[in-house]
Amino acid sequence: MRYAAEVALWLLALGSYWLFPDYLGLLAQVWIAALFAVSLDLLVGYAGVVTLGHAAFFGLGAYVAGILAVQGWGEPFSGLLLAGLAAALLGLLTAPLVLRGGELAGLMVTLGLALMLYEAANKAAFLTGGADGLQGVEIWPLFGRFRFDLYGRIAFLYALGVLFLCFMALRFLVATPFGLALRGIRGNALRMAAIGTPVRRRLMAAYAVSAGVAGLAGALLAQTAQFVSLDVLAFHRSAEGLLMLLIGGLGALYGAVLGAAAFTVAHHLLAEMTPQFWEFWIGAALVMLVMLGRGGMLGLLRRLGR
Amino acid sequence: MLTILLDGIASGMLLFVLACGLSVTMGLMNFVNLAHGAFGMAGGYVLVVLLQRWGWPFLACLPAAFLATALLGLLLERTLYARLYRREHLDQVLFSIGLVFMAGATADWLMGAQQQIIQLPAWLSGRVDLGIGELGRYRIFLILVCAGIVAGLQLGLLRTRFGAQLRAAVDDATVARGLGIPVPRLFAITFALGSGLAGLGGALGVEVLGLDPTFPLKYLVYMLIVVAVGGANTILGPALAALLLGVVDVAGKYWLPQLGAFIIYTAMVALLLLRPHGLLAKQA
Repeated sequence: MRYAAEVALWLLALGSYWLFPDYLGLLAQVWIAALFAVSLDLLVGYAGVVTLGHAAFFGLGAYVAGILAVQGWGEPFSGLLLAGLAAALLGLLTAPLVLRGGELAGLMVTLGLALMLYEAANKAAFLTGGADGLQGVEIWPLFGRFRFDLYGRIAFLYALGVLFLCFMALRFLVATPFGLALRGIRGNALRMAAIGTPVRRRLMAAYAVSAGVAGLAGALLAQTAQFVSLDVLAFHRSAEGLLMLLIGGLGALYGAVLGAAAFTVAHHLLAEMTPQFWEFWIGAALVMLVMLGRGGMLGLLRRLGR
Repeated sequence: MLTILLDGIASGMLLFVLACGLSVTMGLMNFVNLAHGAFGMAGGYVLVVLLQRWGWPFLACLPAAFLATALLGLLLERTLYARLYRREHLDQVLFSIGLVFMAGATADWLMGAQQQIIQLPAWLSGRVDLGIGELGRYRIFLILVCAGIVAGLQLGLLRTRFGAQLRAAVDDATVARGLGIPVPRLFAITFALGSGLAGLGGALGVEVLGLDPTFPLKYLVYMLIVVAVGGANTILGPALAALLLGVVDVAGKYWLPQLGAFIIYTAMVALLLLRPHGLLAKQA
């Protein structure tokens, strides 16, 4: 039953290629947002580390992939991998800083680090294009054959493929003893330490993996849009990721995907309205979802299924 | 040199008035209220509307800004915040970010996205020669008003019954409750007071810090630094932190403009790493 639902979901995702041929660009955005949300879910929903700066890793991935292409290496897969590795490395380096103090101090450090990176990208205009964005990103054809087209066909398939692979890897990861240890730490870190789990090392590993996957998502955006703007590092992106998790249901990978899909589609539908209007409703959604309690769409589905 | 120092002190004092309410929210209720800056913004807009559109005298606008935001704070505390005290930090963070977005969008819709400009009364504008150099009158006014607020708060916290109850509750809310101190009511009043002070700070700061719909996010980091560095149980800790921050920020913007806001973020991260429990905090 469960597996049937999963297979149906992925078939639906692939089938949307033929169902909505005019919206392939938007759907590629959905897959990228989903990958970002899934990476955030591993950190927030499973490991219980609250972060306000996950956009830092997304943005770093986007800039690494973008700058590589601008400097003359536009091969998509190696660019993607390098971007993911760079983000994972940044995650590994900053994890000790974030996990050092208490929960509150860690929260502020994530916020501060993301803001620092934003400022750095803003000021290093010779490398990143600064506020004008990174122009002239040219990505070579996929496998040397499939050129990224205007309709977003290749972008759609490429993003969905990467999402699927990463999702399955994470799905496997959270079912391993490592994933169980993370959930235990979220529940009670002291007791986990008492039964012999190296809490810090587990959290650091989760942080690095989550950062790396977020970097992959950022690189996907840079490669499919062939443009990188400062927006990839903005505080809004971190907050929107958390909102996606709230919508879909925290601590469940499929919830993150559903939340990201719902969020991106809603954004697209409401984009014709003024930006203030959109921002107001993001805020209202956050407040209401917190007030109503967790669970999100997936929780609702589970309750209906019972 | 002196001008920079004075500017730094003035904006530092403003930051303190803006942030002191937050230090109580975080210290007393352990509530991560990222929306505190929204109260400052609300106070700023109250001042702009009263002063520029309705033509109230400047000195009457300040108490009005305080009262309006204090009432707003009380209302929100009773209806929304009070329900979330026992929730996880993640819920509180998400809730207050939601409030920030809503506040920013509302301000944008009502007042427009541009920077607000106010016309100070004649006796506060211009500069005055004090023998040690030319100083802006408004900066001096700011420093005097804020110093008065710091002194008032310090005395109130140390000398009044309310202050003693508050200190007890911050130290250990459970025991304080056991002794019959009405902690929820205490907190509602303090929250309103803190919001009101933030509103007053926002109103005073229109001329110095600027005012537009991004105000709550822009100054969030500054306020968090003040709270994180200053600690929650004193007035002087955050005040000291705010002064330091103001001077560093103004000096950095003056001498190293190419680094921009980078200095302040670096300072925040460094201080959080070195003293995760506050500058003057007792080591736990």
